Amino acid sequence: MSKANLLDRRAVVSSLLADRKQAIAVGGLGASTYDIAAAGDHDRNLYLWGAMGGAVMIGLGIALAQPKLPVVVITGDGEMLMGMGSLATVGLQKPANLTIVVLDNEVYGETGGQASHTTAAADLVGVARSCGIADVRAISTMAEIEAYALEMQDVASGPRFASIKIDSANLERVLSSRDGTFIVNRIRGSLGFSPI
Amino acid sequence: MHARTEAASETAPETKPETKLSWPEEIFGILQRFDVRQVPYVPDAGHSQLIERVLGASSMRGIPLTTEEEGVALLAGAWAGGQRGVLLMQSSGVGNCVNMLSLTQIFRFPFLTLVTMRGEWGEFNPWQVPMGSSTQAVFELCGIKVLRASHPDEVREVVEAAAGQAYNACTPTAVLLSQRLIGAKVFTK
Repeated sequence: MSKANLLDRRAVVSSLLADRKQAIAVGGLGASTYDIAAAGDHDRNLYLWGAMGGAVMIGLGIALAQPKLPVVVITGDGEMLMGMGSLATVGLQKPANLTIVVLDNEVYGETGGQASHTTAAADLVGVARSCGIADVRAISTMAEIEAYALEMQDVASGPRFASIKIDSANLERVLSSRDGTFIVNRIRGSLGFSPI
Repeated sequence: MHARTEAASETAPETKPETKLSWPEEIFGILQRFDVRQVPYVPDAGHSQLIERVLGASSMRGIPLTTEEEGVALLAGAWAGGQRGVLLMQSSGVGNCVNMLSLTQIFRFPFLTLVTMRGEWGEFNPWQVPMGSSTQAVFELCGIKVLRASHPDEVREVVEAAAGQAYNACTPTAVLLSQRLIGAKVFTK
């Protein structure tokens, strides 16, 4: 079901990653992973096909290990709701190079479009702010997305959190690799780490 | 957090030299030698001395969690970013980790966790017993190797072996630190 004036998720993610430079991108379970794949496969894409609720924490682990690199977690509202406590953990650690982007379509699109808590009640921007993340915002235009993609490169002013209300239309799946060992070792290789 | 009683004196013979390190201190030394950098934890009295050492160490980052499964995901990310970590938790938190432990097989990353045991060896609180009784089986069902230390004198070699197989062979490993080792928690009014 499409609503007027909501952003297209593929256009949002493509814009965020168009000039990503050295950034590492983590995609949460579900459509976010397809969006990142649709923007183009990359050595520094960490696609999740499971571990629901873990995307932000995986991003935090990378961000703490690689403080000079931008790390962006792109996930959905359902995945974020499952790991909401991790926003409190990020708020405490304050990794300056971490950006969290929630693509909020207010439904569990992968499982039949059931309504999520953000439809009527939960305000993820408010949650992130209350957890101690200073730079939080709701984004609703592509111009803001383009500006945000530049800010994301600044590894000294995070952590930052953005919720983007997107159209809930189910798009064609763009399937990334599902081989976790390959995905993680490819990232490690791009950072200069050898296999064991 | 509550204090625990000292482990029974029979487990720490007085013939040992007074300069012998405490077992939490020995664990800290092992973590340093293995270049462990990220130490996520949910607090437990049994881990309190180790947590203090970690928070005071410039080479390590102690990371308090809201729930234990966050730590599994964090360590997966640390590995992707080139750092080693260890998850400190209590046995009651192991059940919280089950789905996230999939990452240890999917990423084949060097997962190490040190778990202080409750629900055994003189436990006062019956609510700790169900999870404490299934902790080892839960780990094994999730594909995690389990080692156990019950006496101060064996902590060092058990944790060294666990760290070795985790970090050198990417074999996900849990060390259960027995309640016998730590001392049963005392509840007083």
